[in-house]
Amino acid sequence: MSEHIVSKKLYFVIFGALMALTALTVFAANIDLGSEKLNTVVALTIAVTKAVLVVLYFMHVRYSSRLTWVVVAGGFLWLAIMIGLTMSDYLTRGFLTYPR
Amino acid sequence: MAHAETLDAHDHTTTTQHASSNLAHHFDNLEQQREAGSLGMWLFLVTEIMFFGGLFTGYIIYRMQHPQAFAIASSTLNWKLGALNTVVLIVSSLTMALAVYFAQMGNRRSQIIFLVVTMLLGATFLVVKAFEYADKFEHHHFPGLNFQWNEAVPAGVSTHHIQMFYWIYFAMTGLHALHMIIGIGAMLFLIFYAYRGRYTPEYHAPVELTGLYWHFVDIVWIFLFPLLYLLGAHLTHGGGGGH
Repeated sequence: MSEHIVSKKLYFVIFGALMALTALTVFAANIDLGSEKLNTVVALTIAVTKAVLVVLYFMHVRYSSRLTWVVVAGGFLWLAIMIGLTMSDYLTRGFLTYPR
Repeated sequence: MAHAETLDAHDHTTTTQHASSNLAHHFDNLEQQREAGSLGMWLFLVTEIMFFGGLFTGYIIYRMQHPQAFAIASSTLNWKLGALNTVVLIVSSLTMALAVYFAQMGNRRSQIIFLVVTMLLGATFLVVKAFEYADKFEHHHFPGLNFQWNEAVPAGVSTHHIQMFYWIYFAMTGLHALHMIIGIGAMLFLIFYAYRGRYTPEYHAPVELTGLYWHFVDIVWIFLFPLLYLLGAHLTHGGGGGH
C-alpha cells in the first residue's frame, strides 16, 4: 500500500464546494429563519459539512489506514462526550425544582 | 522502489540525498515510517481538537445562558471581514494541498511557489485580523478594566455578559491566530529545505504533516466564523458592524 495521491482536479472540486458552502452560510445567516435555534442549526450543519470535506480530502483521511480512521473518529467522539456530558448537566438544571 | 532494507538504513546517519537516509532505523520501510508520522500528527491534532473543544464548550454554555447579550456583541463584529478571512483561509488550504501534491510529484519549483503563496495568504489573514483587533481596542471592546459599552441594551441584558462574548472572541481568535503564526513559521523551514531539495516523492513527511496542521487550523476557523461573526448578522441585516 503506497501513498495515495489525490488528483489536482479533486482538490479544485472540494475547494469549489467549500467556497459555495461559505457563501451559503453567509446568505443563511443574514436572513432571519424564524428562530435563533434554526439559524444556528443551519450554520453548524454547513460548518460540519465543510469540516468533513477538509478532513476527508485535504487531510487525506479518506485514503488513510484504518488506524488513522480510528484515531480521527476517536478524537471527535471524545469531543462529543465532553460537550454532551457538560450539556447534560447545564440543560437539566431546571428540570427539578426544590426548596432553596 | 526506493524502499530500503532495515539493516541498510543503520549505515546512513548523515542527511545525504540518498533515499534510504530518510528512513529512521526503527522503521522497516518508508511506507511504515510515513504511516507512523501521519498517525502521530493525528494524535497531536486530537489533543488540539480537545483543546479548542474546551473553548467551544465554554462558548456554548455562555451563549445558552446569555443569548441576547451574545447576539448584540456579535453584531458589532464585521462579518464581511470575517467572510473575507474565511475565503483567504480556504484558498490557503487549497494552495497547501497543492504544495503537498507537488511534493508528492517531486516538482520542487511548484512546491516552493505554493508554500510561499500559502504563507502569504496566512499573513493576509493575520493582517485583516490585526485591523479587526485595532477596531475593537479603539471602541474599548477589548475585555478588561477599560471595557466600555456605550450603547443602550435591552432590559435584562447585562454589559458584563456582552463583555463575556469579547473574552471568548479574543481568547479563541487569539489562540487561532497563534496557531497560524506557528504554521507560517513551520512553512519557512519547509521552504528552506524544499529549496535545498530535501523533499522527494519518497520522502516529504514534513510537508504532508504541516499540511495536516494547516488544514486543522482552517477547520477551527470554519467553526469560529459562523459562531462568532454570523450569530448576530441577521440582527443588523447586512450592516456588518464596524461602527
